[in-house]
Amino acid sequence: MTMWLTVLGGSLGCYLLKYVGAAIPESFLENPFVKRVVMLLPISLLSALVAVQTFAHGQTLMLDARVPAVAAATVALWQKRSFITVVLTAAIVAGTLRYFGLAQ
Amino acid sequence: MGYFSLAIDAKGTIVTQPTWEIVRAETLRKALSIGVAVSIYGVSFGALGTTTGLSVAQTQCLSLLMFTGASQFALVSTIAAGGTAYAAIAAALLLGTRNAAYSLRMAPILKVKGLKKVLASHVTIDESTAMGLAPGENVFDGRAARLGFWSTALSVFVLWNIATFIGAITVSAIGDPKSFGLDAAISAGLFALVWPQIKGRFPLVASLGGALVALILTPWLPAGIPVLAAAVVAAVAGWSWAKEISVPNEPSRDAL
Repeated sequence: MTMWLTVLGGSLGCYLLKYVGAAIPESFLENPFVKRVVMLLPISLLSALVAVQTFAHGQTLMLDARVPAVAAATVALWQKRSFITVVLTAAIVAGTLRYFGLAQ
Repeated sequence: MGYFSLAIDAKGTIVTQPTWEIVRAETLRKALSIGVAVSIYGVSFGALGTTTGLSVAQTQCLSLLMFTGASQFALVSTIAAGGTAYAAIAAALLLGTRNAAYSLRMAPILKVKGLKKVLASHVTIDESTAMGLAPGENVFDGRAARLGFWSTALSVFVLWNIATFIGAITVSAIGDPKSFGLDAAISAGLFALVWPQIKGRFPLVASLGGALVALILTPWLPAGIPVLAAAVVAAVAGWSWAKEISVPNEPSRDAL
């Protein structure tokens, strides 16, 4: 029973968080300061997420196969390669390094 | 049906622009590949759920109703580590808070009301938001952005839930997604979607600053908070940006 309450309570909470952003009246976004901040918010959050997913393992920062993989993907991005190429580049570099035991 | 149309850009040079058909096909292809990539983690999630002691139905409900991967993993991992129900919910909420910022940003792009708004909120996650922002707000009158958001939402929702079910009933068995380099692939995929948004000085500061703040805080704070803290960088950069634009007779090169 507790498990169901945890599952449903957590889900409801997560949904309300998603809804609250959409429920804020649009006039709030018309303020030029708010507008710029909101424009930059996902850029900061998603960049932070990419950084954490590349350099962190739990609360430990580490350099493993993800770092050269994302670096290689960045080169592909720089060369304006397609999305699939960028993603596959990262997967192949990380997968290969791990297969040969060259990186964690 | 042509592949490209000719247009004249701001500098007066003739450039080729992909047609809507091309943009649509590319968007759908991207949406599908993102769904496939994250769904492999869905199998891991399903397996983690049932090995932790949740029933198949409870595990599936998390993917259907919570539907935000990081929060789902946080909730189940907290239970697996012996945490209380409150601790598990708190961990999930912490990781789900960034979705509030995403839905705030997506609202003027999606322009939805009523039931559609209820639905759109439910599928506002990292991947759908990144795909909704990558094309630029005004490309094909916002159609590209909306298609990116909705197609990714659908692809991730369907594949993530099928994958959760497979993982939950088989407690499999596909091996560690890391051995396929999938963790790096997902980082790279998100990065590829943020990349086109980094145009101009202030977005660049928001991106690099956000990444730096999150990394500096990671060893000191529980999961979820370092990424959220990056919002402070967006606030400071956004404030300075607006301030620079509001100074009369001094047009900013970053002005939109």
